Amino acid sequence: MLHALELLWQNAPLLLDGLWATLGIAAAATFFSIIGGALLGMMRASWNNAIVQAAARAYLELFRVIPILVWLFVFFFAVPAASSLDISGTLAAVTVFSLWGASEMSDIVRGALKTIPQAQYDAGRAIGLSGAQLHLRVILPQAVRRMLPGAINLVTRIIKTTSLVVIVGVVDVVKRSQQIIERTKEPFVLYAFLLLLFFALCHPLSRLSRRLEKRFN
Amino acid sequence: MPDIDFEFIVIHLPHYGRALLLTLALGLGAILGSLLVGLPGSLILHFRAPVLRRVVAAYVEFSRNTPLLAQLFFLYFGLPAVGIKWSGFTCALTGLTFLGGGYMIEALRAGIEAVGRPQIESALSIGLSRPQIARLVVLPQALASAVPALAANCIFLLKETSVVGIIAVADLMHLTQGLIGLYYKTTESLLLLVAGYVILIVPVSLLFSRLEKAVRRAEFG
Repeated sequence: MLHALELLWQNAPLLLDGLWATLGIAAAATFFSIIGGALLGMMRASWNNAIVQAAARAYLELFRVIPILVWLFVFFFAVPAASSLDISGTLAAVTVFSLWGASEMSDIVRGALKTIPQAQYDAGRAIGLSGAQLHLRVILPQAVRRMLPGAINLVTRIIKTTSLVVIVGVVDVVKRSQQIIERTKEPFVLYAFLLLLFFALCHPLSRLSRRLEKRFN
Repeated sequence: MPDIDFEFIVIHLPHYGRALLLTLALGLGAILGSLLVGLPGSLILHFRAPVLRRVVAAYVEFSRNTPLLAQLFFLYFGLPAVGIKWSGFTCALTGLTFLGGGYMIEALRAGIEAVGRPQIESALSIGLSRPQIARLVVLPQALASAVPALAANCIFLLKETSVVGIIAVADLMHLTQGLIGLYYKTTESLLLLVAGYVILIVPVSLLFSRLEKAVRRAEFG
């Protein structure tokens, strides 16, 4: 045990560097997921155009059927092959996680918007608010409370998913651990550390999400 | 767009067929295994069995809050260092079951809790025994209301199989990565990969949405 702690302490700068990369990707993906998901969710909830609805459904289905790792491969390998764009692992990861996160977030947003009574929309219209004003000032503030548990849960899923970036060559906390293992031949200590690290990142968020859900019910 | 090499696709179709079968076997095994973990686990949580309840609750938290990739690395590379050696396939099945078990416990527990207290009281008042109540009243309703969550978990597990390629299991992802490395036939390999997952998930997804409709009809007429 003491030996394990010493090993981790000695390699702390490398691990921190990797953790920083992991959290950066997760944070960027969370940011874009929330923005994209809010827009898409509002569109799905209130834009009753058959083509828009069908396009949104198709977009959601693509991410429901095909695993994220497959999408990561498509963006990392196929996009550069088919175009002259040079896509780094980090860019591919942020793009894919954001597109996936936005599809998940749009479900959460749409679900929350559906619980807002129609009277709120009618009243907003009646006092002459535009569509954007109505959503930003009346509907969204009420819906946000109901979105929070699901959205926080999505953040934990994004953090867990970020572990996949090592497969497309990003030097994240998993890659750093592997580098340390190559040097020290201590796979047990480092992989146990990785499990505990991800647990320490995700568990508090999961608990918060559950607590909020209980409070709002 | 680069030209698509159809000959490459035809030549490698059998390889993808085999990898698809392996992925399917792994996915179905994981679904079965996680249900076998999930049912007793959810009952332990529901009936608040002393001590065991804490163990199960800790397991649920741990399995749901760590990535499958880290779980697999630990099982496949970490454990052999302390003398526990397994094959890639066993590791993959164990990892997926470990992950899925936590999700299944939560889904089944929510289902059991959705069966109202009055249901159990009425059953007691017409003279059913406890095991009869569990078998005839609670479980059928609990399973019915858990169907959407169970279905979501099954699809989740089938998709998570894509990660096992990292521990040298010859699944769809692993094959694709290998072919891209060998031949640089990126577009063709990825097309086959996406087709493989569509063939794997779409029928399951359709099956479940029919099942959900049937359950809803049985409940509400």
